Amino acid sequence: MSAAVQSRLHLTVPETQNDAGPRRPGYRRRERIYQWLFLAPAVAYLVLFFGYPVVKNVLMSFQDYSTGTFYTGEAPWVGFANYVTVLSSSLFSTSLINTALFTAGSIAGQFVLGLALAVFFKRKFPLNGMLRSLLLLPWLLPLIVSSAVWRWILDKDSGALNNFLESAGIISTGIPWLTSTSLALAAVVGVNIWIGIPFNVTVLYGGLQDIPDELYEAASLDGATGWKAFRHVTWPMLRPVVSVVLVLGVVYTLKVLDIILGLTNGGPANSTQTIATQSYALSFQDFKFGEGAAMGNILVLISLVFAVLYLRVNRRAVDE
Amino acid sequence: MTTNTQLNSAGTERPVGSRSGPAAARYRQGGTTALAIVFLSIMLFPVYWMINASLQPNGTTLQTSWLPLAPDFSGYATAISQQGRNLGTSLMVALGSVVFSLAIAAPAAYALAYFKVRGAGVVLFAILISQMIPGIVVANALYTAYNDLGLLNSIPGLILADSSHGIPFAILIIRAFMNNMPASVIEAAKVDGAGHLRAFWSIVLPLSRNALITAGLFTFLFTWSDFLFALTLTTTDDVRPVTLGIYQYIGAYVNDWSSVMATAVLASIPAIVLLIVAQKYVAAGTAGGAVK
Repeated sequence: MSAAVQSRLHLTVPETQNDAGPRRPGYRRRERIYQWLFLAPAVAYLVLFFGYPVVKNVLMSFQDYSTGTFYTGEAPWVGFANYVTVLSSSLFSTSLINTALFTAGSIAGQFVLGLALAVFFKRKFPLNGMLRSLLLLPWLLPLIVSSAVWRWILDKDSGALNNFLESAGIISTGIPWLTSTSLALAAVVGVNIWIGIPFNVTVLYGGLQDIPDELYEAASLDGATGWKAFRHVTWPMLRPVVSVVLVLGVVYTLKVLDIILGLTNGGPANSTQTIATQSYALSFQDFKFGEGAAMGNILVLISLVFAVLYLRVNRRAVDE
Repeated sequence: MTTNTQLNSAGTERPVGSRSGPAAARYRQGGTTALAIVFLSIMLFPVYWMINASLQPNGTTLQTSWLPLAPDFSGYATAISQQGRNLGTSLMVALGSVVFSLAIAAPAAYALAYFKVRGAGVVLFAILISQMIPGIVVANALYTAYNDLGLLNSIPGLILADSSHGIPFAILIIRAFMNNMPASVIEAAKVDGAGHLRAFWSIVLPLSRNALITAGLFTFLFTWSDFLFALTLTTTDDVRPVTLGIYQYIGAYVNDWSSVMATAVLASIPAIVLLIVAQKYVAAGTAGGAVK
């Protein structure tokens, strides 16, 4: 079934045209230059705002880069000293574990709930379109706004959640969602799941819409409906979209700062400190830019592991 | 059989052969709508709570009532007098970033979708990788560079840095859309004698309108919401996006939640307006295959 679907899909994907054919010599070169001009601004931007920072960050991580550097311009080379300091700090393992829990928890929750809602909204019912666009709201809000609102909702004494739970008789005293070392990370993950659901629903819903209705009709003739149709038609057809959603999700989640800084500032007692927040704190609060850079590079390395995994699984996505 | 299948595909997507009279279908659809409204109410509760809390009188922080029965706008007065300028800064930076990002992303997406340029794969790879680079790494390096270039505390500086949220995403979104555009459309333009620029400007861009609006909307969202670059690349009050204003509020004014929430509502308005205005384009874009 899915092989047939795939081959049919390939037939409908338009071939990129080659300007082969009897042309004047030099035409192709001029053509090529024109084509590159379309790409050049983006390449320049990527080099300046991603390439340069990565290189600069690697250099900084081997330097003693402090506030004094901005006045004297001197940043002595210190070899691996910054990495040694950062890695041997007792905070590092905490940050690493928190990063892993935060990312895994956020992605699992966002994706499962997002897919469920996307499949739900694929049904036809009155107000579907309007409700679906309203669902985007939590995502359109600035993260720091969401942090502020949730900080207020999760407040121990006057927050809406505890008020609700108390009036419903579920709890008798307020739960310190954001101020308890054992709950804060879970609360932050919960808020991040809430933020991520609309993105997952929107992209997955778009992917679902691209699956031709005829496939479901053909599948139902073969007796595949409901769960079977999901497994044999929806899931295989959706897979490219799923992998994009998951990889973007992991990548965005690994580097999240706003939500954590807004909700807990990394506290209480570093219980919500991640590698990203730690890197920020080192550079911009302690002004140890070299150590902050080292921490940032560790985060880049972790992201690269996911990049490589992704590219190995999805070679085709890049090649095509 | 044929009529049966068509009826089903046009209607409720029920499997062939199941019992479904029109009345039963309507009933089921009504139930589905009700369920959807329940989901949505849960998802949107924090947004309601933000608006509700922003209308509560100051000083009732210990017990916020569930409805703003006696709306009080003093929170908004405080918010506008203290954060009005920051809201303007955010708007300028976000609009600038949308224009800048689309101007860079759209041609790149076109090139990546249509040309078999040697190295296009490398660029696409770089875009994917760029998405993996944490903002804090970019901020760390930009801070020192901006310090040398005098771009700290400047709107152009923020526009350039904030576009790093939108540009890779916009390129990927627009390219994905353009990949589904039939090559014959462009070939036809070429046959008629149009050059690359003409074909791009008068054929590809108009046809990609939905993708451009979608990408623009996301870019606006990313930039308007930017917190990291606001936090790291501004050091004075001169150029201060509202996200940073809210962050400082959370630190200093936690006892005056109605002002904080009023600022939060104000900071949400452009996003809400954008959602309402651009909704049909987003819907059209996600519905997929508008161009067939």
